[in-house]
Amino acid sequence: MKRTHLLLWLTASLVYIFLYIPLIIVVVYSFNDSRLNAEWVGFTLDWYYKLFHNQEMLLAARNSLFIAVSASLLATILGTMAGLAIHRYRIRVLPFLAFAPIAMPEILLGVSLLLFFLQVMNLTLGLISIIIAHTTFCVGFVAIIVRARLQGMDDSIFEAARDLGATPWQTFRLITLPLIMPAIAAGALMSFTLSIDDFVITFFTKGIGEPILPIQIYTMIKISVTPEINAISTLFMLLTLVLIIIANRLDSGILQGEKKS
Amino acid sequence: MALLELRNVIRRFGDFTAVDNVSLSIETGEFFTLLGPSGCGKTTLLRLIAGFDTPDSGQILLDGEDIASTPPEKRSIHTVFQSYALFPHMTVTDNVAFPLKMSKVAPAEIRKRVEKALEEVQLSKFAHRFPHELSGGQKQRVAFARGLINRPRLLLMDEPLGALDAKLREDMQRELINLQKEVGITFIFVTHSQDEALALSQRIAVMNVGKIEQIGEPSTIYSAPANRFIADFIGKINLMEAGVTHISGEDMTLEIDGLGTITLPLKPAVQPGDRGVIAIRPEQVKVYALAERTEVPHAYTGKVLDFLYVGDVTTYVIELDNGVRMEALLANSAPGRARFFEVDDPVIVSWPQEAAQFLPDQP
Repeated sequence: MKRTHLLLWLTASLVYIFLYIPLIIVVVYSFNDSRLNAEWVGFTLDWYYKLFHNQEMLLAARNSLFIAVSASLLATILGTMAGLAIHRYRIRVLPFLAFAPIAMPEILLGVSLLLFFLQVMNLTLGLISIIIAHTTFCVGFVAIIVRARLQGMDDSIFEAARDLGATPWQTFRLITLPLIMPAIAAGALMSFTLSIDDFVITFFTKGIGEPILPIQIYTMIKISVTPEINAISTLFMLLTLVLIIIANRLDSGILQGEKKS
Repeated sequence: MALLELRNVIRRFGDFTAVDNVSLSIETGEFFTLLGPSGCGKTTLLRLIAGFDTPDSGQILLDGEDIASTPPEKRSIHTVFQSYALFPHMTVTDNVAFPLKMSKVAPAEIRKRVEKALEEVQLSKFAHRFPHELSGGQKQRVAFARGLINRPRLLLMDEPLGALDAKLREDMQRELINLQKEVGITFIFVTHSQDEALALSQRIAVMNVGKIEQIGEPSTIYSAPANRFIADFIGKINLMEAGVTHISGEDMTLEIDGLGTITLPLKPAVQPGDRGVIAIRPEQVKVYALAERTEVPHAYTGKVLDFLYVGDVTTYVIELDNGVRMEALLANSAPGRARFFEVDDPVIVSWPQEAAQFLPDQP
C-alpha cells in the first residue's frame, strides 16, 4: 500500500519535471545577462527591453493579437450557433461537419485552405485569409463546449419559458444565453489560445508580407537563438497560462453542472 | 360552450400514430385527468394542447377558437412539468415573476403579486433562494405558483407528483385538490398512476395506444370499465374468459370457461356467440371456509394457493377446483385478526351477481 503510494509520487514527479524543466529554463534564461543559454551570469531585463524595441516583433505581436481576437470572436458566434443547432436538430451529419476540423491533421487543413483561398476564392493571402483559416478550426471547439453545456440541461426549461409567455427571441435572451454563457466564454478563450500560437495553418495561409508571431519566432531561431526568444516565449507562456486558468474556471462549472437543478 | 375542445386530433411520428383521432371536451373549473400506461400518447396530447407540438390534423379549440397552430406563448395555457423546469439561474422570486414580466405587468404590481403568491404556497422565506437550494416539494410549489400567477385559462400538469416520495405525494395530492378549488382554474393532469387519477380527478380519460378508451367519473371508470384493457389497467381485477350462450328477454346467459354458467342483465349490442371476459373486483369476492357450508349463489369450491398480507388488507390467491385462479381482498378489520385462511385451506368462493360484469372482446 505504502510502496505503491511512493511509486506513484515518484512517477508523477518525474513526469512533471520532464514537462516543466524546459519551460522553467526558458523563463530563467530570459533574465540572464548573457547571449548564451549556457551559464547564469547575472540578472537583467535587457532582453525584454530589446524585445519591446524590435519593431518587427511588435508588429508580429499586434498582428497575432488582431487575428486571435477576430478569429475567436467569429468562431465563438458561429460555434455557439452550431452548438445550439446540433443540440436542437439532432441531424447526424451536423456534429460531424462541425467537429471534423478538430480531428483533421493541421497540415491537411492548411494545404486545403491554401488551395481553396487561391484557386476557388481568388483571395490575396494576408490577415483576412489567416482569420478565416483560424475561425474554421476554432468553430468546432466552441460548438463542442456549448453543446456539452446544453446536453447537461433539462430541455423543458426552454419549453417552460415559451409556455409562460416568452417569444423565441426572449427565450434565447433571458434563458438560453445566460445558461450557456460560461460555455461560450470558455469556448472564446480556448479559441484565442489556439489561434494565437497556431503555426502550421498560419504558415500555409499567411502568404508573404505581414509578420505573425509564432512564425516570427521561428524565423529568429533560424538565424541565432538569443535570449530575446526566451523573453518573448516567457510572455507568451504567461498570456496562455492566464487564459487557460480562466477557461478552466469557467469550464469546471460546466463539468460539475453547478447550475443544473 | 366547453373551455377546451379537441376534435379528431391526430399526431403521427413516422409510422407511429401517437394520438389517434382523439376528441374530448373539458368544462371550465374541471379537474380532468389523462390516464394511461407509458407510451399511450397522453404526454403527446398534452404537448399539443400546450402548443409545443402541432397536430397533423384536427382542431384544438380554446373558448371556441382554434389554437392548433398558435405558438405556446400566445395561449392562455400554462404547464407544470414533471421536472418542474424552474429556471436555474433565477431566484424563486424571479421564476414566479417571469410570466408577469413577459406580459409586461408594471414592476410594482409584479412585486405585490409575487409576494402574495409565495405567501400562499408558504415559500416567502425562500424568495431569494435558487432552485438548486430547494427540496423537491418546494420546487414543485414554486412551479405551481409560477404556472398560476397570471391566472391562465388552463393549467396542464405532466406527472408533477412523479418525482416525490410516497408520503409527500399524498400530502401534495390533497394540496392540489384544495388549490384547484381555491383558484378555480381548470386543471388537466397527466399520469400513469391510477391511484393518483382516482384520488384527484372529477373526470378521467383513459388512453391506450393513442386512443381514448373511456371518459368518465373515477367511480364509473372503476366500477364500470368499458372494456378489458381499462378493467385490467385500473386497479386489480379477476378476469375470466367467457362466452355468451343465449339471450332471453332482459337477461343473458354466459358460460365461464371451466366454471359453469351464470346469468347477467343483458348488455346492449351483445349477441349470442360473443366472447369476452367476466370481470370481478377482488374486494367483491367473498370467501368462506368450506366447513361453514354457507348456501350462497355462484359458489365454487377451491383452496388457498397463496396470500399477501399488507397490514390493513390481505389478498388471497385461490385456485378453484377446475384450475381457475381468483384473487380475493379481505379487510383485516376484526381486532387481533391477522388473517382468515392459511395456504391449502379448502374454501368456498362466491360473489354478488351485480359484482360480475361481462366485457365483450372488441371486434
